[in-house]
Amino acid sequence: MSEPLLQIEDLAVRFRTDEGAVRAVDGVSLSVERGEVVAVVGESGSGKSVTGMTLMGLTRGPNAEISGSARLDGRELLTMSNRELRAVRGNDIAMVFQDPMSSLNPVYRVGDQIVEQIRTHQQLSRQQAMARAVELMERVGVPRAAERLRSYPHEFSGGMRQRVMIAMALSCSPKLLIADEPTTALDVTIQAQILEELRQLRSETNAGIILVTHDLAVVADIADRVVVMYSGRVVEQGTLDELFYDPQHPYTWGLLGSITRVDSDRSARLPAIDGMPPSLLAPPPGCHFQPRCPHAFERCGEVPELSPRTPDSPGHLDRCWLEVERKRTLRLVDGQIGLAAPVRA
Amino acid sequence: MARFVIRRLITMVLMLIVISFVTFLLFIVALPGGNPAALIAGRLATPAEVHLISVRYGFDKPIWVQYVRTMANLFDGSAYSYQEGFNVMGAITRGAPATLSLSIGAGVFWLLSSIGLGTLAAVRSGRYTDRVLTVLSMVGVSMPPFLLGAVLIYYVSYKAGVLPINGYISFTVSPWQWFRHLIGPWITLSVLFIGFYSRVLRGSILDAQGEDYVRTARAKGLSERRVLVRHILRMSLLPIISLWGLDIAQVIGGGAILTESVWGLHGIGQLAFNAIGAFDTVTLLAIVLLTAICVVVMSALVDILYAVLDPRIRLG
Repeated sequence: MSEPLLQIEDLAVRFRTDEGAVRAVDGVSLSVERGEVVAVVGESGSGKSVTGMTLMGLTRGPNAEISGSARLDGRELLTMSNRELRAVRGNDIAMVFQDPMSSLNPVYRVGDQIVEQIRTHQQLSRQQAMARAVELMERVGVPRAAERLRSYPHEFSGGMRQRVMIAMALSCSPKLLIADEPTTALDVTIQAQILEELRQLRSETNAGIILVTHDLAVVADIADRVVVMYSGRVVEQGTLDELFYDPQHPYTWGLLGSITRVDSDRSARLPAIDGMPPSLLAPPPGCHFQPRCPHAFERCGEVPELSPRTPDSPGHLDRCWLEVERKRTLRLVDGQIGLAAPVRA
Repeated sequence: MARFVIRRLITMVLMLIVISFVTFLLFIVALPGGNPAALIAGRLATPAEVHLISVRYGFDKPIWVQYVRTMANLFDGSAYSYQEGFNVMGAITRGAPATLSLSIGAGVFWLLSSIGLGTLAAVRSGRYTDRVLTVLSMVGVSMPPFLLGAVLIYYVSYKAGVLPINGYISFTVSPWQWFRHLIGPWITLSVLFIGFYSRVLRGSILDAQGEDYVRTARAKGLSERRVLVRHILRMSLLPIISLWGLDIAQVIGGGAILTESVWGLHGIGQLAFNAIGAFDTVTLLAIVLLTAICVVVMSALVDILYAVLDPRIRLG
């Protein structure tokens, strides 16, 4: 088997702060194939955005310690010089950020901002780059593209701005697109349109996509594989079906269980995972989820490796010491997947 | 954009009328020394003489008549100093070349230096260079112009003989001598502003560093230099530019009283200095109005420049 488009191995990112080292990412390994959409799921502070930004070198700084390996097409990204990295940014890897309202520079016309990126990486005249920008804007569904390129970001709605961001990200035909919560700030209808753009992009250009999100509905809609992160670590990863129908990690159960359903009893409390995510300054020993896990036992004091634990699916990895058969009964709460309420003393 | 400019210009004129009226009330009517007629007549005048002068100068007329007359006199150049007897417009015109040379030269110098130093401090923030610049800017901000001027005159002009001791030479007489005579005043006036501006700029650059669009610019693969110049400085310069507009206006309007006096430039600032000492209210009124006009015009220009630099403002 040839090497995947992106191969991350044991990536760790620590930030030194006055209170101590923050372990934002603590040994993440994952891979993305060409034309594959990998969703990275987890709550705020689980390290999913930091992982994406680290691939782009955006977390580099005097207070950051980055270790491990991340290879794009066999080229190591983490040890690249800043100059080499700039040639990769925006060109081989592009990123779409969460908040389209603030991610575009308010003082430049959107056309100029797209042209700036194109001309940084390609030897094109202004006119050629502008023509390419029109083409891109049309492709992501901006009406009257040529005219709209002369507008400023504040003259666009949130959805339109996110399309501009996507057009900009696509401008140099990246091999890998990192979309960091691209739909979080948008209306649900716009969300669906933006996801459709991503899906189309994948099928047209065969780019790999990392979709960072906390929205499982988005994941179910578009992802091929899912990586669940918790407190800087990958706790489970597998195909969409494996994750949704045979989840192995109690945290994943909690995530799936906290989706509210239209047909659920309205008077019942909304299902939520009890407790707070651990501090990244002083994470608990062993499994990071153990303090919140109702099924924790002695062995959870040791760190479980991320490894295949289900006999029939070698690509389905997780970090939980419980036995597979036991998990399959524990995860059922009222006949549906969820995290059982903690046993209170 | 045109509507924005017109609206701004109308506000400007209204503001000037209000400012001139308030200043007039302060200086002429609510005169701290009492009746202007008594001031003109002198200490030995009889009440009859004072009354005569009062009628002749129109001090007995209603305030608004006095206001209109005083303004007309000031603007058509027929206002005279009560104490010194010189023509006020003439005195200001004579002082203008020195003051303009001082303020424009110093303005350019302090603006460029503070952009350079402020950017350097922000780029090196937390490191050795930044700390040295922080200390230097504190020294600059706390250094009064009369002290700095005196130190420069003593060591650089008198002891070392590198610069002239004082005075102003017209550019038309000798450009080189004009330049040499202004080096000292330019530095004296600029140091305080450089210290202050570079701090403000450093702060606003560091703020802008955290903006999402700066992260986007980096993610596009732009060089650090391009990110800094095009995406960070463009926004960070706005506060500096508005400060600069107001400060330069004030200096042109005779605000560099200390610098002009220490270096003996005989500009508008020094005229103001003398007028304060002599209780010369007409001259002071004229200079205050000049300053007000400069400040109001510059702030309108700054607003328009803002609108050019930041398209979001044009909506408002």
